[in-house]
Order: sequence, then C-alpha cells, then structure tokens
Amino acid sequence: MSPDLASSEPLLTARGLARHYGVRLPGGLMGRRATLKAVDGIDFDLARGEILGLVGESGCGKSTTAKLVLGHVAPSAGEVRFDGAPVPVDHGGDWRRLRRRMQMIYQDPLGALDRRLPIAAQIAEPLQIHRPDLSRADRGARAAELMRAVGLRPDQAARYPHELSGGQRQRVVIARALALDPELLVCDEPVSALDVSVQAQVLNLLEDLRARTGFAALFISHDLKVVRQMADRVAVMYLGRIVEEGSPEEVLHRPLHPYTQALVSAAPSPHAGRRRARIVLRGDPPNPVEAPAGCSFHPRCPVAVARCRTERPPLLREGRRAVACHLAQAAGGGFAPAPLPSAAVSGAAA
Amino acid sequence: MTETSSAPASAPVSASVFTPKSRVRAFFEAWPPLILLALAWIAAMLLLAAFGDLVAPADYMAMDLRARLAPPVGMGGDWAHPLGTDELGRDVLSRLIASIRISLTIAFLATLVSAVLGVSLGFLAAYFRGKAEQAILMLVDAQAAMPFMIIALAVLAFLGNSLTLFTLLMGFYGWERIARIARGLAIAAQEQGYASAARDLGASPWRVYGRHILPNIASTLLVSMTLNFPEVILLESGLSFLGLGVQPPETSLGAMVGYGRDYIQSAPWIMLAPSAAIVLTTLCISLIGDWLRDILDPTLS
Amino acid sequence: MVSYALSRIGRAAITLLLIVTAAFVILRLTGDPAIIILGPDAPPAAYEAFRRNWGLDEPILVQYLAYFGAVAEGDLGRSMRDGRDAIEVVGERIPLTLALTLPALAFNLALGLGAGVAAALNRNSWIDRAIMAVSVMGFTVPSFVMGLTLSLIFAVKLRWLPAGGAESWEHAILPVVTMGLIGAAIIARFTRSAMLEVLGQPYIRTASAKGVPWRRVILGHALPNAAIPTLTIIGFMVGSLVAGAVVVESIFSWPGVGRLLVSAVANRDLAVVQTILLLIGFTMVLANLAVDLAYGWIDPRLRAGRAAPAK
Repeated sequence: MSPDLASSEPLLTARGLARHYGVRLPGGLMGRRATLKAVDGIDFDLARGEILGLVGESGCGKSTTAKLVLGHVAPSAGEVRFDGAPVPVDHGGDWRRLRRRMQMIYQDPLGALDRRLPIAAQIAEPLQIHRPDLSRADRGARAAELMRAVGLRPDQAARYPHELSGGQRQRVVIARALALDPELLVCDEPVSALDVSVQAQVLNLLEDLRARTGFAALFISHDLKVVRQMADRVAVMYLGRIVEEGSPEEVLHRPLHPYTQALVSAAPSPHAGRRRARIVLRGDPPNPVEAPAGCSFHPRCPVAVARCRTERPPLLREGRRAVACHLAQAAGGGFAPAPLPSAAVSGAAA
Repeated sequence: MTETSSAPASAPVSASVFTPKSRVRAFFEAWPPLILLALAWIAAMLLLAAFGDLVAPADYMAMDLRARLAPPVGMGGDWAHPLGTDELGRDVLSRLIASIRISLTIAFLATLVSAVLGVSLGFLAAYFRGKAEQAILMLVDAQAAMPFMIIALAVLAFLGNSLTLFTLLMGFYGWERIARIARGLAIAAQEQGYASAARDLGASPWRVYGRHILPNIASTLLVSMTLNFPEVILLESGLSFLGLGVQPPETSLGAMVGYGRDYIQSAPWIMLAPSAAIVLTTLCISLIGDWLRDILDPTLS
Repeated sequence: MVSYALSRIGRAAITLLLIVTAAFVILRLTGDPAIIILGPDAPPAAYEAFRRNWGLDEPILVQYLAYFGAVAEGDLGRSMRDGRDAIEVVGERIPLTLALTLPALAFNLALGLGAGVAAALNRNSWIDRAIMAVSVMGFTVPSFVMGLTLSLIFAVKLRWLPAGGAESWEHAILPVVTMGLIGAAIIARFTRSAMLEVLGQPYIRTASAKGVPWRRVILGHALPNAAIPTLTIIGFMVGSLVAGAVVVESIFSWPGVGRLLVSAVANRDLAVVQTILLLIGFTMVLANLAVDLAYGWIDPRLRAGRAAPAK
C-alpha cells in the first residue's frame, strides 16, 4: 500500500494546466465568441504508487483533466510531465510507446470493448501491440494469468463482451489495462455505470491489484464515498479549478471550502445518527463559459462576502491541506502561498 | 421449476406431430422462397461463368455461316443451337455464357475496386477530419453531382478503351456512396469508444481501423457492396450496348443486346436472351441485397 | 436562410470549379491539346493561333487560368468532323434533347408521385404490392432493354409508332415513355417511403384524431410534408434523365445531345465531348442548386435560419 518513498521525483506533475475551448454562443453567424474554460490553471503532483482522487460535479473539468494527463488533448497553457518528460499530445509513435506506462479505465466497459473479439484476445492486445517479442503461447499464458488476477474464469476466455455482466466486463477492461504493468492508471468514473453491489467488488479488486502491482492512479469520480475508499489524497474541482485538497479523511470530515462542505453534506452518510444539516446550494449549476468574476463559487456560496465577488482566492497550502477560499484562509491562519511540496504530499497514504 | 422439468417429457409426443411441419415453416421464414430462387439463379450464373465452357455447345467466336440467324428451340430451331444463332452464325447460348462470365467478372472486380477506394477514402476522412475530410467530401459531392455514365463516356473518349481500363473505370462507380457510409460508420465507431479504447492501448491507426473498426462495420459495407453490384452490371451493359464498353471480339451482355438490336425484326432472340439475363441477374442480386440489409443492418435505409 | 443560400451557392461554385479542373486535367493527360481539340488535319496556322490563344507555351498555372478564360468565353475548340465551333454543334442539339427530357420529367413526376401516394395510402394492400413489384423493374431493367422491348412491341409488331427518327411528335412518344417509366419507378418508391414516414408522425395522428376529414389531413398536412424529402431527388432525377437520354436517343435514333455524345466518343471528337461534359456538369450543378434553394425555401426549419441538415 505504501507508495515508493525512495524516489522523491513525482511520477506525474501538472503545472498551470489549462484547456480552453472557443465556442460560439447561440445566435448563428452573429453569435458572440466566448471561451469555455474546461480546465483553468491547475497544479498537482502524483507520486509513484499514489492514488489521487479528483471529485466534483459533472462539467467541472475532471474528464478534461484526464484527457490532458493522457495526452489526448493539448493544453492551452501549462504542461503535464510524466516521469520528468512532457507528455506528447500528437498520437504519434512516442505517444503510443508511452501507453505501455499509462493506461485508462473507462466509465462504460461495454463501449470500451470490441464486440467482435473474444475477451482473451482483447486482454492480450496490448501485448500484441507493445511486445511483439512474445510468442503467441506466452501472450496466451499472460492473458490467462491476467484473467485469473481480475477474477475471471479460464472458461470465459472465448466469450464475447455482450455475454458477460457489467462487472465482468469492467474486469476485462482492468485486465487489459494492467497487461503491461503500467505505472499510471487513469480511472474515469470506473464504477459509476455499475450496480451498487458490483461497485464494491470492483473497487476491492482495484485495491487488491494496486497492493500487488503498485500502480499510481488518477481516480476520477463524482462519488465522495468511492474516492474515499480508493484515494490517498483528494482534490475537489469546481469550474476548472482545484478548490480544496487534502487527505480523504480530512476533506470529508473537516471540509474547509464551502463548496466541499455542500458536497459532503449532500452525500449519504454511513452513520445515520451523525447526519449533518444538509447545505443546499443556491442558484443554477455553474456554466463554464461565463464563469463569474472573483471566486467562481460566490453566486452559489452561502457565506460569500463582498471580497469574494471581486478577488479570486488563490489555492494556498498548509502542510498537506490546500484551499482556495478567502474565508477559510482567514480562519485557518496558516495557509501560505507556497509552491507544491511534493515530498510532503507522498506521506498521505499512511 | 415444474414447468421446465415437465417440458422435456412432453416434447417428444408433440414433436412427432408438429415438428416436421413447423421445421418447414421455420425454414421458409428464415429463407423466403423468393430469396431461395434468387440465390439459385445467382448460383447458376456463377456456375455458368466458372464452368460454362463444359456446357456451351460451341466456341463463342466460332462462326457457322450456313446456319446464320437460326431460330431457337421452340421457335422452329433445333438442339444444335438451343438459343439460335446470330447474324454470323455464332451460337447464341455459347455467346451468352461467355457474356455472363465477362459481365459478372467486370462487375465483381469493379465492385471490389470501388469498395477498396470508398473504404480507404472514408477512413482517411474519418481519421484526419479537418481539411482532408473537407477535400474528400468535396470529391464525394462532385462525383455525386455528375451522372457517372457521362464521366465514363468522357474518360473513354479521352483515354481510349481497353478491358483493363474499362474495368478500372467501372470501379470508380459508387465509391462515393461507400466512402460516405464508411466515413459515417468510422466516426460513429470512434465515438462509441471501442476504437478510441484501442487507440488508448497504443494501437497504430492501421490496427485501430483494420482490426477493430473494419470488422465491426463489415456487414453494412457488404450490404452496400451487394447493392452496388447490379448497378455496375447495368452501367457496364449500357456502355457496351452503345458500343463503347467491352469491344469485339470480346462480348458482354450489353454488347450482345447492342449488336442484336439490328436484327430486332428478323431475329429478336439474339437480343432477348442477354436482356433476360441482365434483368434477372440484377433483380436477383437486388433482392438478395435488400434481404441481407434487413437481416444484417436494419439501420441502413 | 441567407447564410444557407450563400453556402449552397459557394458549394455549387466549388463543384463547377472541380468539373472545369477535371476537364483541364483530362485534356492535359491526353497529350497536345491543340491537336486534340483541332484534330490532326487542321492547318498549321490554326495550331499557332490556338497555342497563342490558349497560351500553351506559358507555365501550367497560367495555362490553367487561361483555360478558365477560354471556357468563360465559350471557346471550347472545333469539332473534328466539320470544323465548326463545338459549342455551336452542341447548341443546336439542345432543343431536341429538351424536347425529350422535359416531357419525360413531367411524365415520371406525375406517374411516380401518383403511384407512390397511392401505394402509401393503401399500404400492404394488393395495390401497394402491385405498384412496388412493378417499380422494382425501374431498378433492374436497363433503359436499353426497356426501350428495345417497347420498340419491339409498338413499332415492330403492332406498327403503331415509328421506331426511330425525329420527324414528328409521334417519334417522341416511345423515347419519352421509356425514360418516364424508369424515372417514375424510382420516384414512386421514394414518394411511398416519404409519405409513410409522414403518415406515422404524431401531428397526422393528432389531426385525424381531432376529427379533421381524412381528405384534408392528406391534402393539407401529409402531402406538403412528404413533398419536402421528395424534392431532394429531383436533382438526382435530372442526372438519371441525362444519362438515360444518352442511351434512349441512341436506341430511337433521336438526334439530340446524347446521341451526339455517343458518336463523338466513338470518333474521339474531343472538343465536342469536352463541351458536352461541361454542359452537363453546369446543368447538374444548377439543378442541384435550384433544388437546394427550393428546399431551403420550403422547409421552415431552414427558413428560420438554422444550419442545413446533413443530406
């Protein structure tokens, strides 16, 4: 479970990462041009073997962050470095070779699988692509081993995706992603399309596999409960920015940002007796095209003051916590504008 | 549970009464009689094209000047020339077999060429998007705007005629429809996820398109190829009819009709036999194509 | 609507550009255009004039632009056969071809729309089945087989109508009917499915449920809406009529543009072929443009100024 502390160099770093899209507001040719800031300048580090959870409502930029990390889209500003080198974004040879080291797990496993190929062939496909040196028999053996590791029976090797249950399909996707022992997994809502009973099985499987193989992961979910089970560290996103960061226990039990507090209060609590008063957010869900000035959360914030409307709060750190809120920073006292202390971050898994 | 356990016990009893009839019915529901007839006709045409020389009464170029314009059996002729002879005394049945062979071969090769061309350009458009896609779509539009018959005539006028060139030219028929379909399906496939998932594994574009997308859209492409095939036969026979397609001494169904039309009054059988072959063959392939489309791909209009 | 019209006109212009470019490329592929266009027997002075006129000693790009200039001025070379201007040779055939294609278009629209609507309104009855069975012929019977069969019956056997020539209006009957029958089959199929689609729409069921008389539902709601998709195949019909004219004029010895094209191709009279190619190209592009604009004018969704639907 414990991340590799020997190497202080983070596996993945994002600095000033932003992705803006030019859009045209409704109105045909006369429509006004506008900028959709899907991701608007975020920084984070991911240590080897660490799992960073990324939480937020849909449209907050989680999935765009995943695409940026994987090099699917080019950042409008800032950069992503993987093992010290910038991640290529051209889908060329270097990009493809890097897939040996970073893989993805999708929300919809049926969509991510080829319905015309038996699952064993799909699990072995990364080997076929990246390890042409392996013989057919070796690949078959490795596929069988992977199937066992994710809890699929050997007799299911010749099955097609539509013959399996949702949970089994996600196991196939996981086996395929792990075929080359990648160092980084990007999981985009990996269990949100599954039944609740199956969700727990798949999450347990992922935890298990992580303990065995030690991959690092960027774990994206809208579900705080899921993130708490998986992540060593949580970052909360709102309108393309990280508004709070910390260990799962701290973020969930002592949220500093009003937005996180609202998220936590809305989540069903496992302890019925300790149910907190639910904070209901005012106003419409955020529109990333016309983000408000100042703190982008202020129109919905129950405690906003005049300063929030004009001045955007920076993300300030104190130890392993970070928050971007004028009020929380004033109350907490210790938050200081410091660069990311990446060594400090890796202690979070304990 | 009791229902499932009792069913096998009662099954043999009822099976002895009903099974033969329902099997027959199920068979004809899966294979409508019209489709069976169409398939039989196409099979016969293919067999004739492949082994017709064994059946043909004479060499298709051999002239028998004593038996010119001999009528077929049933119109006063004899079994030496079952379908009669033409103006040079050549056996119409033998010429028909040779024509079927060449017309089907041209149509088959041309359909293959247009499928390869269409799929390649459609995939290129889907893969590159942007400017390359716009350029390909512009070509598709321009091709669709011009009747192919006219393009073919112009090319034949400028570049001359040979069997290879003619077959290749026929291969340019219908590529734009296949390109449109292939592009649409490939783009849809990319959005569906299995293709982008394969790319995420590090698969090269060749692999993504060849191993994943192509097999997934093959049935739809096959249907549109089947529907392209009879149109190529019609186009080829039209040009050959005008004397601008397959050139003598080679013959094709359209060429036979074209030369037979001068004898429409005295010897209509020269032209009727190949006409019937064209109509029946295109009809059967169209029926099979529609049937395949209904089975394999109900979404294709 | 304005932006829709502009984009359609732009696309038509691009297609024209492509057609002229294709003609230029094919012409250059075949060798010296002077010999091709003027023929091998023209006097040397004519070659000189032609080369100077078309700037054949200039760089290829200049030649390309000069070619556009020549096309715009209507200078498309001379026919090899009688040395007259190709545009004149082709031009005098146009009225004869229109005399066949326009009645044929009217014929196949009347027959096709009528049969298609009748089939849709009597869906799955014997009328529907019969109309659809006959219309299959339109896709599988080539026009030359249709033409020769009609000729065999009505000219050769019954001797009611002349088999060929263009001396009187009676000579036009068989060619027009041949072209009309084949086009009608295609229109009937298309109209039937457009009509069935419209009849399945909720607003039709609402109208009839509200007690609007069935006749008014059909005439007032279903037909106008089914006409919109049917309009789109008119452009296609013009193309198939043009291609059909080539074959049908040859069968019935009708001295129109189609027959001229066949003989020009056979004799490799390239100036004439090129002229006809450009003529048909322009016609097709204009026909498609007219259909697109009419479509935009009829379809209220486009009139409101939204983006064009994918075709």
